[in-house]
Amino acid sequence: MSSVIPDTAPTDSAGARHPVSADAAPAAVSLRDAVASLEGRPVLRGIDLVVRPGEVVALLGANGSGKSTTVKAVIGSVPLERGSHELFGKPYARFKDWHRIGYVPQRTTAAGGVPATVREVVSTGRLPQHRLLPFRRRDRDAVDRALDAVGMLDRAEDGVANLSGGQHQRVLIARALVGTPDLLIMDEPMAGVDMASQQILADTLRREVERGAAVLLVLHELGPLEPLIDRAVVLRDGCVSHDGPPPKDVGQHALPGHDHVHPHADDDHLHNTPRLLA
Amino acid sequence: MIDMLNYDFMQRALIAAVLVGITAPAVGVYLVQRRQALMGDGIGHVALTGVGLGFLFQTSPIWMAVVVCVLGAIVMELVRARGRQRGDIALAMLFYGGMACGKLLVSMSAQAGSGSLESYLWGSILTVSPSDLSTIAILGAVVIAITIGLRRQLFAICQDEEFARVTGIPVRVLNLLLAVTAAVTVTVAMRVVGLLLVSALMVVPVAAAQQLTRSFAATQAAAIALGITVAVAGVAGSYQADVPSGPAIVLLAIAIFAVFSAIAAPLARRRHRAAADHGPEICEVAIPAQDGGRPHGKPQDATREPAGGTDLHTTSANGAPKSDPIASTGLAQ
Repeated sequence: MSSVIPDTAPTDSAGARHPVSADAAPAAVSLRDAVASLEGRPVLRGIDLVVRPGEVVALLGANGSGKSTTVKAVIGSVPLERGSHELFGKPYARFKDWHRIGYVPQRTTAAGGVPATVREVVSTGRLPQHRLLPFRRRDRDAVDRALDAVGMLDRAEDGVANLSGGQHQRVLIARALVGTPDLLIMDEPMAGVDMASQQILADTLRREVERGAAVLLVLHELGPLEPLIDRAVVLRDGCVSHDGPPPKDVGQHALPGHDHVHPHADDDHLHNTPRLLA
Repeated sequence: MIDMLNYDFMQRALIAAVLVGITAPAVGVYLVQRRQALMGDGIGHVALTGVGLGFLFQTSPIWMAVVVCVLGAIVMELVRARGRQRGDIALAMLFYGGMACGKLLVSMSAQAGSGSLESYLWGSILTVSPSDLSTIAILGAVVIAITIGLRRQLFAICQDEEFARVTGIPVRVLNLLLAVTAAVTVTVAMRVVGLLLVSALMVVPVAAAQQLTRSFAATQAAAIALGITVAVAGVAGSYQADVPSGPAIVLLAIAIFAVFSAIAAPLARRRHRAAADHGPEICEVAIPAQDGGRPHGKPQDATREPAGGTDLHTTSANGAPKSDPIASTGLAQ
């Protein structure tokens, strides 16, 4: 199995889309030798992760390999015990340009205790722009554009609690896009998302990449996003086991330690329906 | 009914009721959003220690309660932010310690009999003094300015704290501000509703309002309107029936919650019917084997999410065609 994925040492990205700008501008994300633990259990044991401007990097690995913790370390919600952490060339502690980052957390089914509309949730993505000032016309227009991009403008006044998994994911992505970020960070954007929404997400992401945004994606498997990905970083037990071109035709299933647990709630009926209709 | 306005104490009680009716739900909506609905109850327990200190040193119990509540709320927020599994134990220590300490201090003080403590526990319309009223007005104005003025920021941290951090807003400061605001609200409300029922006025109007609302802003506005209504009506009823104001206000609020819950389901159904452009109410997919008969069970899933079923295998190759309910109907015929 280890022959499927070359166990090379971390290499510079061979397939970077924008080699010129990559040399000039500082990396959007730069984690060096990052060590972190959760409740005393070491989760990251010295991770190197670089995302250059305009680059699309997929973070792969089995459940529990540290993918989500790596992303949380990047946005600063899991503190590092050791290592350096820079965003757009600035040390994390001095980083202030949060409007350059759009974050899409892993979708949870837990809803808040009070109803909220799609528009209200997406509007929170505009906070870096209007800050303490009132929400103005241009903020509202930005929210409309982001909702339109994910095909949810017609549901803007609906409650988020009434959305399907895929629609909810599209709302979270609109929330991240509303400030036109230079770096998109997405944790399992395709998990539990129906096919129509997956396609909309892939299209949205392609437009963002064409616009020049860098993307850091945590993925369970490459799936429909595969053509967009410049580089894959594979984690294994809190260490980087591969950093280079995405493994071809290799999904999560071939990764070391894959346990064949599927987060897609819809899988059953996806597989069953064609037979039922045949 | 109108003659009660001739009494100074009733005028003060009614003004205080309006302030309480605004502030308690205005803060409560954030606590409910964050599933911390009972935080106000905890602060109420801790406030008792402040009241006890006020009795003991013969200073204003309200200001002492403000100090103790703010300290208690900050401790609660720090425990919450740590996310420790034993956090609830720490909170239990704080709540019961605060209550026990309060009763102990009151009994040690020379000044107060049990009747006086009673009015802090259950609320009383007779005890809002002119100086109390000015304190309540100042604190209430601060609470309103924060909860309405910072609505978008506070909504963001209560809705998704991790995302809020990535927007660069000062999440930790805002969390502490919200906790302190909740603490101040408890002391604003304690003269009218009483410490034991203060949390009800933070939670019940919000719970009632959200039976009928879809947005956060509308929920907050409706909860404030309900809060004012029940607080004023409760104080007036308390004067008429000679009962403590706190229980009167809370039972009214719960009655409104019950009515709103009862009419919520029919309203939602009508709303859904108005927006029924997403597909027919009953499946129209026909299974060939049944020769056009109406299908039951599994196939219904196919109409609800037509995207998944039929397009699955063509997708990864060249991008899925847009989902279309007609497609599954056509395939079946």
